[in-house]
Amino acid sequence: MVEKIKREWFSNVRADVLAGIVVALALIPEAIAFSIIAGVDPMVGLYASFCIAVIIAFVGGRPGMISAATGAMALLMVPLVKEYGLNYLLAATILTGIIQVIFGVFKIARLMKFIPRAVMIGFVNSLAILIFMAQVPHFLGISALTYVFVGITLLIVYIVPRFIKSVPAPLIAIVLLTIISIYTGADLRTVGDLGAIKQSLPSFLIPDVPFSLETLKIIFPYSIALAIVGLLESLLTSSIVDDMTGTDSNKHSESRGQGIANIINGFFGGMAGCAMIGQSVINVKSGGRGRLSTLTAGLFLMFLIIVLGDLVVQIPMPVLAGIMIMVSIGTFDWASFQYLVKAPRTDALVMLATVLIVVATHDLSKGVIAGVILSAVFFVSKISTIKVQKHAQNSNILFEVEGQLFFASVEGFVDAFDFTAQSTDIVIDFANAHIWDDSAVGAIDKVVLKYQENNNNVTIKGLNSASKRLVDKLAIYKQSNPKLSAH
Amino acid sequence: MYQKILLAVDGSEHSLRATNEAIVMAGLAEGCMIEAVYVVDFSKAKDQVLHSMDKEELELSRRKKLMPIEAQIQSKNIAYKLTFLRGEPGPVIVEYANKESFDLVVIGSRGLNSLQEMVLGSVSHKVAKRVKCPVLIVK
Repeated sequence: MVEKIKREWFSNVRADVLAGIVVALALIPEAIAFSIIAGVDPMVGLYASFCIAVIIAFVGGRPGMISAATGAMALLMVPLVKEYGLNYLLAATILTGIIQVIFGVFKIARLMKFIPRAVMIGFVNSLAILIFMAQVPHFLGISALTYVFVGITLLIVYIVPRFIKSVPAPLIAIVLLTIISIYTGADLRTVGDLGAIKQSLPSFLIPDVPFSLETLKIIFPYSIALAIVGLLESLLTSSIVDDMTGTDSNKHSESRGQGIANIINGFFGGMAGCAMIGQSVINVKSGGRGRLSTLTAGLFLMFLIIVLGDLVVQIPMPVLAGIMIMVSIGTFDWASFQYLVKAPRTDALVMLATVLIVVATHDLSKGVIAGVILSAVFFVSKISTIKVQKHAQNSNILFEVEGQLFFASVEGFVDAFDFTAQSTDIVIDFANAHIWDDSAVGAIDKVVLKYQENNNNVTIKGLNSASKRLVDKLAIYKQSNPKLSAH
Repeated sequence: MYQKILLAVDGSEHSLRATNEAIVMAGLAEGCMIEAVYVVDFSKAKDQVLHSMDKEELELSRRKKLMPIEAQIQSKNIAYKLTFLRGEPGPVIVEYANKESFDLVVIGSRGLNSLQEMVLGSVSHKVAKRVKCPVLIVK
């Protein structure tokens, strides 16, 4: 135990602290931008990033991963904030946390393997598209100067990293362009126009909502969507950090940790958050490996806001928009275009459908659920093709069945037989087939009984042991007076 | 002659050619050992995790990429070891080569991604500049 704490916290102190500082600097613009997306004050996202990062450092399952206010979550809460306001969002955040703790306790993370990669790719891409779309109102058709600032920001964030690696380029863009805009008195919208920055620590508060079933009805759909999307992104991120560091992590304690972080976060006035792919990659690249890096990121972020809050409100919006365009470009999976060409048609279709549904509904959870259902349907239709080959041997007929026999494939199975034979020996060989359910046994009965009507002698062979057990239990063709309605 | 050769591989055509040269160099000395080093690139982690079902599949796909290289070395009966490192390919190879004091580094002139190379500069160039031992860049 002591050994574990030592390894997870203090095996990499210097690099962890430095990486945490880098991450904190990169977190601030995102926390502000995601608050603006959600329609709340920048402080809600900043408090969330501080609370989540600090708490997850202690209770998370993946050391070195960064969690904070995220775009995926912010996008989900837009309608809730618009209709019911901040307090309902805080209540929903707490409920999200409770659901995630339950997910963790019941090891729901195991179910994640049922989410096909086509859906995950669609998830990431639609997230990128939505983050980009959220920036459009901040630069399109405002002023020529706005375009200039967005352009310069993009140039800085893409060119400067080639020469300066120690300081995050977005920070350079923010500092440089904020100074320029203050000194030239440029006519640009700033963060301050969209909300206030409080230079104080978050304090404990109970969301001001009526404690009634009515409230629960309002927040529950949002909380369940937030819990699922948060878990999805957190587990994807932890897999990425696992791969980058060549270490393992506990997905169930991560889920529980995300829940605990969101519960406390909600009571301290923060919006629901989850793990962040981009920031976690920045952390590992900067040398962060242990829990100390996550803790430092949270603490340093709060320190900066308290010390520099006055300056933060003067950050021009076009600079923030430019940085978020970079974030969306980094989030998008550019290998998708290759994937669309190379992957099986149905997988490509699932990916596109996931993206389209999310972009149309602005709800990541709907896209994921639709994508999972669609790929399940494709899967069933793919394995429900069953082949029956007919071999005539003298006066006998041999049918060889190949494939999975279950509710979705029984129709094809029955249709594959012609019932013209009379008074012959018929053998149906199931050596290359598997019988899955009652409908399958019913279909076998139907075929056998139909042949028996014409005085054929039917033999069934080659059933594997699981199939045989099912047929022995359910089949009626061996009974003296069989009735098909038994199925 | 060279006793300890670091062979940087990424599964590309160029790294296969580099393997051939490493085998030639290894054949010159008795008891020479080749260490084939593959760097799992940080900047590709997100793409690769996203496009693979799970850890095992990802591990397998990486090993598969290196199979022709392994087969080549095995066929010449030369002692070798396969090492996976993680990080940014150039600096990681440099650090490892210097730390483990290799006698020679063999590397292909060009990896899989020519676009990145244009933007970031080539890995082989970075390695050649900063490794302390002789470097053989194979065209």
